[in-house]
Amino acid sequence: MNFDFTEEQSMLRDSVARYVQDSYDFDTRRAIADSEEGFSREQWQTFAELGWLSVPFAEEHGGFGGGPVDTMLLMEELGKGLVLEPYLATVLLFGGLLQRSGNTALAADYLPRVIEGSCLGAFAYLERQSRFELSDVLTRAEPEGDGYRLSGEKVVVFNGATADTLIVSARTAGEQYDRAGISLFLLPAGADGVTITSFKQMDGQTVANIALDSVQVGSGQLLGEAGAAMDLIEPTVEAAIIALAAEALGIMSQLNAKTLEYTKTRKQFGVAIGSFQALQHRMVDTFMAYEQTKSLLYRAVCELEEGADTAAATVHALKVMVDRAGKLVYGEAIQMHGGMGLTDELDIGHYAKRLMMINATFGNGDFHQAVFDELRYG
Amino acid sequence: MDTRFAPEDIAFRDEVRAFFDKAYDDELQARLARKDTFKDAVIDWQKRLFEQGWIAPNWPEEFGGTGWTHTQKYIFDSERASRGIRDVVPFGLRMVAPVIYTFGNEEQKSRFLPRILSSDDWWCQGYSEPGSGSDLASLKTKAVREGDEYVVNGAKIWTTYAQYADWIFCLVRTSSEGKKQEGISFLLIDMKSPGIKVNPIVSIDNHHSLNEVEFNDVRVPVANRIGEENKGWTYAKALLAHERTTIAEVADSKRGFQTVCDAAAAEVNGGKRLIDDPLFRKRLSDIEIELMALEFTELRVLATVASGGAPGAESSLLKIKGTELQQAIQELRMEVAAYYQGVLPTDLSAEELGHSFGSAARQSYMYGRAATVYGGSNEVQKNIIAKAVLGL
Repeated sequence: MNFDFTEEQSMLRDSVARYVQDSYDFDTRRAIADSEEGFSREQWQTFAELGWLSVPFAEEHGGFGGGPVDTMLLMEELGKGLVLEPYLATVLLFGGLLQRSGNTALAADYLPRVIEGSCLGAFAYLERQSRFELSDVLTRAEPEGDGYRLSGEKVVVFNGATADTLIVSARTAGEQYDRAGISLFLLPAGADGVTITSFKQMDGQTVANIALDSVQVGSGQLLGEAGAAMDLIEPTVEAAIIALAAEALGIMSQLNAKTLEYTKTRKQFGVAIGSFQALQHRMVDTFMAYEQTKSLLYRAVCELEEGADTAAATVHALKVMVDRAGKLVYGEAIQMHGGMGLTDELDIGHYAKRLMMINATFGNGDFHQAVFDELRYG
Repeated sequence: MDTRFAPEDIAFRDEVRAFFDKAYDDELQARLARKDTFKDAVIDWQKRLFEQGWIAPNWPEEFGGTGWTHTQKYIFDSERASRGIRDVVPFGLRMVAPVIYTFGNEEQKSRFLPRILSSDDWWCQGYSEPGSGSDLASLKTKAVREGDEYVVNGAKIWTTYAQYADWIFCLVRTSSEGKKQEGISFLLIDMKSPGIKVNPIVSIDNHHSLNEVEFNDVRVPVANRIGEENKGWTYAKALLAHERTTIAEVADSKRGFQTVCDAAAAEVNGGKRLIDDPLFRKRLSDIEIELMALEFTELRVLATVASGGAPGAESSLLKIKGTELQQAIQELRMEVAAYYQGVLPTDLSAEELGHSFGSAARQSYMYGRAATVYGGSNEVQKNIIAKAVLGL
């Protein structure tokens, strides 16, 4: 047993860390967030050239063949820089579903383009009534001719406004909450009947509501088996939750480091505020929260890679931990920075907002705690 | 001990309700919600309260107070908050006015109080400085006496609504001798004075309400000093306790809490209402139980003040618990909003967006982070209780 990274993994981590530090400083990030698209295509192209977009894909598609550890290391470093480019949406969700679907034609068509940075994807899963329930799907796909006709609405789609290709979950059978009967379809964002309405979130992400009005898709655009999409969605979301947890860990490490630094330099009552025991104990708490999150993240990654049957429960536990630890860490970071922590100018609030949105994505702490409780004690 | 309302209290409550229903009309609310009409709408609303004679419940009657019992004050504030009606801007009416009528001279009272009462003057507060936050007494903005004027140099920060203000009340250093608290004076400064510059600060709610106010050789008549030179800290301290009795905002929290309950009853996950979720219910009841207690803590403090006692260190308790609960309620509203908790201001309608309160929840949650920092951070409030109440 060891917790060492391979040389390749260390190199990947160092390369991302160096890039974020040198080429993605906070001012650069702010300018990108304020831009029309909310991310930089130029940066994205660089990510492709650095090989980052290939990390989770199999070598047969031109991928790096990485596992959860590689994605974890990459996401942790992207988190430190609050990187806005649609890695989660395009690589982990869109690419992840394609890779898992077993649809070799579509995978061979799209994955190389994802890897080279020329295809931007999005996964439209959420509906306005569905909250955190992935199988709460009202969008319908009715068979028609050699394909389907999609009608309904998807909301808060990450990268939904700039993606050229979408994967959409829609019901081919069953009722609103049924796990069975959901199917995935790949379609161009510009298809007839697709209306995209975008808006911005506080973490700098541009998201979109996507209305589907009798959108025609061919049967070749179906990913995986009809009606069995949850078997693809669940492992993809599981991997995405781990990636988000790694991103959150990177953010927490930044918040803790910046807050520690601030309390050592900010003087009140003639001394550094970090000399107050009341604050020291709270900073010890945030430090421990970070370490515990890291441990649970490592546990989840190992169990997933080793195929342990406890992996699912551990991923739910991890999402709970990220929620609780994240709130503690960003709450203390803002509070200990005092008035400065409340300014838009300082990066602290921006790290906090990203943590908050990570908490809301794929279910908050309470949602996952309930699932965990059911798995463990049900 | 009896906390039931007397018949005359019920009659008063009905009178208050009737007034709010009529005076806080839709047109006013629409103007309050818009950035470009906000200032004028606030002044309009406060003038309506003024014309009704209800603008300053806490002032002594001789200066324009209402002469209400503390029960009436409680009723008035509960009715206001339960309708989601914004509280008055506190800087003039709640903060500087008590200092002026308690420590000011006759000329200052007649000059400033009527215009505060009528909302003809908008005030802001100049206490914190870039280097003086929790350690307020270390402030460095300097006022040097030259004949019958002070020349003020320095900077104040986190000044809410300085961009709208006609006047600012400031703590300034007039002496560096002795203890740092003993060289501070309390000055009233006209915001139109040459040498004042207001720099906007955008806060984490993406709004501009905070500012930095710079003073470069600003000349202030000595007649604008409250009380004696170098005694400003004493006056400010008396005022801070007043500030904290209203900082708990229990009535507003009750309304906020109800809003969360309503939203959670409408929110569905996997076919189950969020309000039926045991984890969510625990979060709700954790908050409500504290809130039920805090409401009575506030009433106990108000009763002490009404019977002639000064709000002492208990006001720190109100500040700590009140702001913790405000933040807990704001956080819960974010949890209800789920994916929509991050929505930035947009031209899209709620129907197009698919959600009605995400952006409002975000704004109040993010700005709400300030509550545990301003008015003396909660850490400082705990120091006050430890020292003044527990004798540690």
